[in-house]
Amino acid sequence: MPAPRTLVLFALLAVLAAVPPLAAAFNEPFYLDLFRRIMIFSIAALSLNLILGYGGMVSFGHAAYLGIGAYSVGILAFYDITSGWLQWPLAIGASAILAAAIGAVSIRTSGIYFIMITLAFTQMLYYFGISLEEFGGDDGMRLKAKSDFSGLIDLNDPTAFYYLVLALLVVLLWLVHRIVNSRFGRVIRAAHSNEARTRAIGLSPYPYRLAAFVIAGAICGLAGALLVNHTAYLTPDFMNWTRSGELMFMVILGGIATTSGPLLGAAALLLLEDWLQGSDLLPKDWVRDHWQLYLGLVLILVVVFAKRGLAGLFAGRHE
Amino acid sequence: MNLVLVAEQTLNGLQLGVMLFLMAAGLTLVFGIMNLVNLAHGSLYMVGAYLATYIFQATGSWALSILGGLGGTFIVGILTEVIALRTLYERDHLDQVLATFGLILFFNELVAILWGRTAIYSTIPQYLSGHVELGAGLRYPLYRMVIIGVGLAVAALLWYVVTRTRLGMLIRAGASNRTMVAALGVNIRLLYTIVFGFGAALAGLAGLLSGPVYAVQPGMGELILIQVFVVIVIGGIGSIRGALAGALIVGMVDTLGRAFLKPMLATIISPAAADTLGPSLASMLIYLLMAIVLAFRPAGLFPARG
Repeated sequence: MPAPRTLVLFALLAVLAAVPPLAAAFNEPFYLDLFRRIMIFSIAALSLNLILGYGGMVSFGHAAYLGIGAYSVGILAFYDITSGWLQWPLAIGASAILAAAIGAVSIRTSGIYFIMITLAFTQMLYYFGISLEEFGGDDGMRLKAKSDFSGLIDLNDPTAFYYLVLALLVVLLWLVHRIVNSRFGRVIRAAHSNEARTRAIGLSPYPYRLAAFVIAGAICGLAGALLVNHTAYLTPDFMNWTRSGELMFMVILGGIATTSGPLLGAAALLLLEDWLQGSDLLPKDWVRDHWQLYLGLVLILVVVFAKRGLAGLFAGRHE
Repeated sequence: MNLVLVAEQTLNGLQLGVMLFLMAAGLTLVFGIMNLVNLAHGSLYMVGAYLATYIFQATGSWALSILGGLGGTFIVGILTEVIALRTLYERDHLDQVLATFGLILFFNELVAILWGRTAIYSTIPQYLSGHVELGAGLRYPLYRMVIIGVGLAVAALLWYVVTRTRLGMLIRAGASNRTMVAALGVNIRLLYTIVFGFGAALAGLAGLLSGPVYAVQPGMGELILIQVFVVIVIGGIGSIRGALAGALIVGMVDTLGRAFLKPMLATIISPAAADTLGPSLASMLIYLLMAIVLAFRPAGLFPARG
C-alpha cells in the first residue's frame, strides 16, 4: 500500500490527464489553458524545490531561468529558426550556463547574502531584458511562431501541447525524485541539515550544491521554453522578482521538500489567483483589480500558520 | 568630457548615495539587531512618499507634509511590526522573506486602491525650487543640495545616537546578546519595536524626499529596495559604516556609469555598438560590482563585528 502522499500525487496526475476531455465535453477551453499553465509553473516550482527544499538554498532569483528559457526560444523564432529540436536544448543549455555563473558566485555565500545576491542577479537580467530594444524592450514581443517539432507534435494543437507538458511534468517529477534519493541527492540533503558533519565525513558541499543549482536552472529553462509557447508572448516580466517570489510561494505553500508539493502549490496559487480575479464576492474595485492585496494577506497567513504546506495535510503523522 | 558635467554628475551620485543610505541604515539595523529580513522596507519608503505628497497637496505646507510623512511611516512601521513581523523573529529567513513579500503585495495594492495605479504628481515648495551657483559655471538644483545635506546630517546623527547615547548602547547590546539584555531588565520587545519604527521613519524620509525627484507610484519601493540590497551586500550586513560606504559607492558607480559609460565605450568600440551596449552595461554595473566585491570579500567591505 503506497503512502497517502503518493496516492495524492497519482490522483492529481489522473485529474490533470482528465482535463482535456472534460474541458472539451463542457466546451470550456479556458480550463485547458489554465491547467496547462499550472503544469508549466509546477515544472518551474519543482526545479526550485530541488535547491530550496532539499538543498536549503533560498534562491530568490529563480525566475531568471524562466526568462532565459523564454528569451532563447523567442529570439531564435525572431530570426526564423523555429525548430524546437534546436530551440529547446538551447534554452536548457543557456539556462544551465547562466545558473553555473550565478551559482559559482552565490553559493560561496549563505543565508541572507545568498537570498539578496540571487535576487540582485535576476534583477540585473531583468533590466538587461528591458534594455533589449530589438526584442521589444519593456513591452516584450509576440512569439513569431511556436516551436516546430517537424510534424511529430504540433504545439498549435492545444490538446497535444497539453499532453506534452503533462508528459514532461511526469518525467521531471520522477527525475527529481530519483535525484533526491540518489547518493548525490543525499549529499545535498546532508549539507542542508548539517554542513559541519558533511564536511567532517570528507565531502565538500560546494560542487554538489553548484551541480544541483545548475540542474534546477536547466529544468526551469525548459519551463521557460514551455511558458513562451504557452503565452505566445515574451516579456521581461517573466524575470521580474515578483515572479521569483511566486515560485518560492508555490514551493512553500505546496510543502517544502516533498515530491507533490510544487504541483499542489502551483495549482493552489494559480487557482486562487484565477478565483480572485473573477470573484463576485466583493465590489469589483476592491477585488478583481486588486486581487494581489488578498494574495498578500493569504501569503502572510500561510507563512505564520501553515508551516508544513498543503502536502503536509496529507502526510498523516509527523515524519 | 567637460569638468562641469563631471562635477554635476558627481553631485547626482552623492545625492543617490545619501538616499540609498537612508534606506540601507534602517534595513541593516533591523537585520543586525533583530535578525529579520524585511523586504517590505521598500513599502515604507513608498508610504512615506505618498503620505507627504498627499499632505502637501491637501494643506500646501511643506513642513507639515514632512512631519506627516515621518510620523505616518513611524506609525505604519510600528503597526506592521506589532501585527505581522513580531512573530517572525524566531523563524528562518525563508519564512521572513515570504511574509514580507506578502506585505509588499498588500501595501502596493492598498496604495493603488487609495491613490490609483498611475504616478501622482509631487511638487517642491517655491523656496526650494531654484538653483545654487557653485562657481565655474556649475548651477545645481537647490532641492538636490537639500537632499544631500539632510542625508549627511542624518548619517552624523545616527552615528551619534548609536555610539554615544544610552539608546544606542541598548541597541548595540541587543544586537550582540538579546537574552543578556533582557535579563538585565530591559524591555527588549519594546526596544525592537522602537528600532523598527525608526528604521521605518528613515525609509519614509528617503521616500518623501525622493518624491519630487523620482515618480511616486505603486511599486516605487521595490526599484530602490533591490539597489539597497546591493548596497548592504557590498557594505556588509548589519554595519552602519558599511551601509554608508556601500551607499556612496553604489550611488556614484550607478550615476557615473549611466552618464559616462557610453561615451567612454565609444572611444574604444564603434559608436553604434556603444549606443546599444552602453545603457545595458550601465544598468548592470552595480550588480557586477557586487559580484566582484563578493568574490574577494564574501562578508562585504565592512562586516559587522561580533
